[in-house]
Amino acid sequence: MARIAGVNLPTGKRLPIALTYIHGIGPAAAASICEAVGVESTRRVNELSDAEVLAVREHIDANFTVEGDLRREVQMNIKRLMDLGCYRGLRHRRNLPVRGQRTHTNARTRKGPAKAIAGKKK
Amino acid sequence: MSRSVWKGPFVDSYVLKKAEKTRESGRNEVIKIWSRRSTILPQFVGLTFGVYNGQKHIPVNVSEDMIGQKFGEYAPTRTYYGHAADKKAKRK
Repeated sequence: MARIAGVNLPTGKRLPIALTYIHGIGPAAAASICEAVGVESTRRVNELSDAEVLAVREHIDANFTVEGDLRREVQMNIKRLMDLGCYRGLRHRRNLPVRGQRTHTNARTRKGPAKAIAGKKK
Repeated sequence: MSRSVWKGPFVDSYVLKKAEKTRESGRNEVIKIWSRRSTILPQFVGLTFGVYNGQKHIPVNVSEDMIGQKFGEYAPTRTYYGHAADKKAKRK
């Protein structure tokens, strides 16, 4: 079992797939890590030696913002927008789409489940 | 798509002139502008602009974080107070 960047322990999967379980590492970043550390992408996590796991861990620590740090960074960016009083900040405050999408319909990802309007039927 | 770098940031020239004038006079007065489309430049930091929102000039204190954004982003043009509670639903 390999612990990288705190809490992540995916096992039995190919390394580039397993690495994507870490928040902040997607398929592209995972592939680049494998290449930089020199592990073939067909190797599975439980086949890795301790030295290889260590190398991967160090490579991630040195080159990526990951997990809690990344979440904090994103939150700080959002908070900065909200404190500025700019349009994007206002949209974040109201939990509405930030990038100019329509809100007449859809926008359910930001608004959450549809709320029934009382007495709207006929 | 973002603007080509070689063009430089877009600013209406009258905004630059007004900003320079108040800079020189050293007075902290609201600079009324209508140009919501102008980029906020580093030399605007510390000045106060009255950005027109179609109805009145909204005072905007320019801080360092605002550089690179447009003035219009700081003066919302729409007012929305939410939907009033439905009268029919209340009666029943």
